[in-house]
Amino acid sequence: MTDSTTTTAGLPVSFDDAVARYEPVIGLETHVELGTASKMFCGCPTVFGAEPNSGVCPVCLGLPGSLPVINRAAIEYAIRIGLALNCSIASWCRFARKNYFYPDMPKNFQISQYDEPLCSDGYLDVEVEGQQVRIGIERVHLEEDTGKSLHIGGTAGRIHGADYSLVDYNRAGIPLVEVVTKPIAGTGALAPAVARAYVTELRDLMRALDVSDVRMEQGSLRCDVNTSIAPAGSDRWGTRTETKNVNSLRSVERAVRSEIERQAAVLDAGGRVIQETRHFHEDTGSTTSGRSKEEAQDYRYFPEPDLVPLAPAPQWVEEIRAGLPELPAARRARLQADWDFTDQDMSALRNAGALDLVEETVAAGASPDQARNWWLTELSRRANESGVELSALPVTPGQVARICALVAAGELNNKLARQVLDGVLAGEGSPDEVVAARGLSVVTDSGVLAAAVDEAIAANPEIADKIRGGKAAAAGALVGAVMKATRGQADAASVRDLILQRLGQA
Amino acid sequence: MAADTELITMTAAQIAAAVASGEVSSVEVTRAHLDRIAQTDVHVRAFLYVAEEAALAAAQAVDDQRTAGQPLGPLAGVPLALKDVFTTTDMPTTCGSRILAGWQPPYDATITARLRQAGVVILGKTNMDEFAMGSSTENSAFGPSHNPWDLSRVPGGSSGGSSAAVAAYQAPLAIGTDTGGSIRQPAAVCGLVGVKPTYGGSSRYGVVAFASSLDTPGPLARTVLDAALLHQAISGHDPRDSTSLDAPVPPVVAAARNPDVAGLRIGVVTELGGEGYASGVLTRFNEAVEVLESLGAKITEVSCPHFSYALPAYYLIAPSECSSNLARFDAMRYGLRVGDDGRASAEEVMSLTRAAGFGAEVKRRIMLGTYALSSGYYDAYYGKAQQVRTLIARDFAAAFEQVDVLISPTTPTTAFSIGERVEDPMAMYLADLATIPGNLAGNAAMSVPCGLAPEDGLPVGLQIMAPVLADDRLYRVGAALEAALDSRRGHPLLAEARGLEGVGGAEQEAGR
Repeated sequence: MTDSTTTTAGLPVSFDDAVARYEPVIGLETHVELGTASKMFCGCPTVFGAEPNSGVCPVCLGLPGSLPVINRAAIEYAIRIGLALNCSIASWCRFARKNYFYPDMPKNFQISQYDEPLCSDGYLDVEVEGQQVRIGIERVHLEEDTGKSLHIGGTAGRIHGADYSLVDYNRAGIPLVEVVTKPIAGTGALAPAVARAYVTELRDLMRALDVSDVRMEQGSLRCDVNTSIAPAGSDRWGTRTETKNVNSLRSVERAVRSEIERQAAVLDAGGRVIQETRHFHEDTGSTTSGRSKEEAQDYRYFPEPDLVPLAPAPQWVEEIRAGLPELPAARRARLQADWDFTDQDMSALRNAGALDLVEETVAAGASPDQARNWWLTELSRRANESGVELSALPVTPGQVARICALVAAGELNNKLARQVLDGVLAGEGSPDEVVAARGLSVVTDSGVLAAAVDEAIAANPEIADKIRGGKAAAAGALVGAVMKATRGQADAASVRDLILQRLGQA
Repeated sequence: MAADTELITMTAAQIAAAVASGEVSSVEVTRAHLDRIAQTDVHVRAFLYVAEEAALAAAQAVDDQRTAGQPLGPLAGVPLALKDVFTTTDMPTTCGSRILAGWQPPYDATITARLRQAGVVILGKTNMDEFAMGSSTENSAFGPSHNPWDLSRVPGGSSGGSSAAVAAYQAPLAIGTDTGGSIRQPAAVCGLVGVKPTYGGSSRYGVVAFASSLDTPGPLARTVLDAALLHQAISGHDPRDSTSLDAPVPPVVAAARNPDVAGLRIGVVTELGGEGYASGVLTRFNEAVEVLESLGAKITEVSCPHFSYALPAYYLIAPSECSSNLARFDAMRYGLRVGDDGRASAEEVMSLTRAAGFGAEVKRRIMLGTYALSSGYYDAYYGKAQQVRTLIARDFAAAFEQVDVLISPTTPTTAFSIGERVEDPMAMYLADLATIPGNLAGNAAMSVPCGLAPEDGLPVGLQIMAPVLADDRLYRVGAALEAALDSRRGHPLLAEARGLEGVGGAEQEAGR
């Protein structure tokens, strides 16, 4: 069999079929841009979205004669990450040069770490469909980011075939940590979900550690996904492929899934999987072949002679450990217990990105149930409609809590509360200002209410009779009539009480 | 007012004193050196760029400071020649390479900035072997410099433009860099004092890198005291260079003023002498050893068995680092660009530019280094060379338990003829045989003149090596030897240089 046929997929294989007959092994390499104020080896700022090539200096441009100096904050952040991932922190390690030519690499080598990473041998526990999976962490190391190329003309924004290319070196030298997992085996059909859960947990961890803003859409967290499959029951792993730059949580899951399907089809057809780099395409959800291992670069790593070895003092490491914040898993467990939420409630909150918002809303005085309901239903719906993240809605947890409080005090009913929210989102001010401006408070004038109730009873004699006859459930129809008469500005519970009272049932 | 010839033969220390006292202005001194360059550089070709206006402006600033009664530093107003490997905001920096021809850096090297701060007047940028790779300046893309002792000879390298300038009285001081001997060897073959400070003692920030773990900036001068004054001015911790040592500068000036070797233990390195060394070199070296002994030094012979492996180890480590350091010259951001016809890919332009922009020796070393770092060869070449480096450092450590300094001839031969070794890289590499161990171990070393070889009448250098951060010992021994030899001779060695006779007339003055 020739090489040209070995990579050709045979008949399509469904995911369920693939994982029924093959066991996947995955591995993830995740790059996270650190949120330090300055770059890895110079004093330039790390602002995203600045004017191209404005945040640069001789060092991050790699000008002849310039030399790198390690950013202490980046080391501290990396150690924080290593400790949170249960890693050992090296007492002595070195940076290394990774040599390859590319126009967005100012020096044509990247300062990275090779065989002496700062952090190694840890783990991160994630939960997938109620199961806890322990992901082994091989290493966490530090390196510098490259510049960013923009290829003009040609196809698909690739350098080949482009008319010309522009390079923005603002990103060059931004500190990156690379977190590499050990091979993750034995997860079967859950492999894609495990990959996603791992990246989600890692993202939450980075946020909790306050080391990165982890915005995948801005590229501050980027994933390479390794996937291999072997026939179920085999004691050997298959050949792996590396899918590059998978840049959303959903894509991580889809990339694993599509690689499992593709590799199964190749093996079913009697072919062999080639060790290669693959590109993931958001539009199709599938991968295409990139560079094969035969053409792989020899990076000629060697210890970076412009830097002295890094030897974090054990006392410093212990200080960093002592200063670690509560980690996401522990925090979720604590909040779940405090709020008395189910596992489903918690995953719904996480998936919606509402955990922090609910916590802040509760802290501002709302009950956990109220807070959850507002953020997961009404506010989620509006965020979806506007196509923004929940946290990007122009309403604060404090304002949501205030609306909850007005409802609890009987000053707003649910319908009015939604109108108040409309006003807040429309920028009309605080909930109280909206209530005042729109005249939205519940009708509490007992004379007005009593008149409306009497009117409703008079207009619906048959229903009133039923209630008099003990059918309290029939009161609903009269409540509706009163609400209509008061244009919704009455408190339904009070109206109901009043009706029953008038008809001698309370 | 002093005559021009007197001005150009003054030492840096004398110039600084005369400027400070108002006896002469820095502008006059600078003008005299610029005139000397104008007269002689057509023969010597020491400079790639002469910054006449900037130099006169810097000199004027020093004179103004003096007039205003402000204190002047110990080298204020003294002209200097700067090797073209240091970045300068007001002059191009080419490293002797076509690939950087005309490149104007946007920043000053730390040493450039410190020189300016000290009121030193930078006359211009001196020629060098391309990217400091070579021992003769013949690898410069802009043609070789000539040895003022004999214009048909090389001035050494890679800092050969700097050594030629100082030996030709174009400047009393120069800055060079020493990666495998590139300050000491040119100093030796031009009859000058040249010092490689302890690695990390002088900042590499703004020094275009050849081999990062070896490159060391340092002074060239006509006297030991002048070298010490310049050493002091450029040294000290630089936070921009991570390999810069955060330690006090060794008391080099005090040592140069205290030339006393009585009781000092001096070791002659067995492995750096004998076969392969010219007889005239050994003759003068041995005489110098006797002089030191007569001054009260205790001379012993010390073996450093691993020094024989220094040259091969160096030619793996230095090219490996250079292959990576020089990768940045790719036509994308600065420097030469070849083949950008609107159709060629970035990769093709990189390749065409590097093919056209680098000379043969640079390409040879990039290829050697690329090979030595390759997957599967790393352990056998780069890894093994680093082990040898450790063994050489241990040899030094063991030797310095027995003696205070080590000495050897600086070079196996005197200045060779231009063109003699260009076709034979190994012969060229041997010029650094005795200087390379000091680079591999990172300790301090100096070359000081010890006479003329009888067979060719050309200068011979004696190398002194001291432990890390014991740079002051170099000056103590160097100054003692210099004083003794000058006193026997009745004049400085350089007064005997005849290569520029009839061109400038300074030699006769210097020989007064």
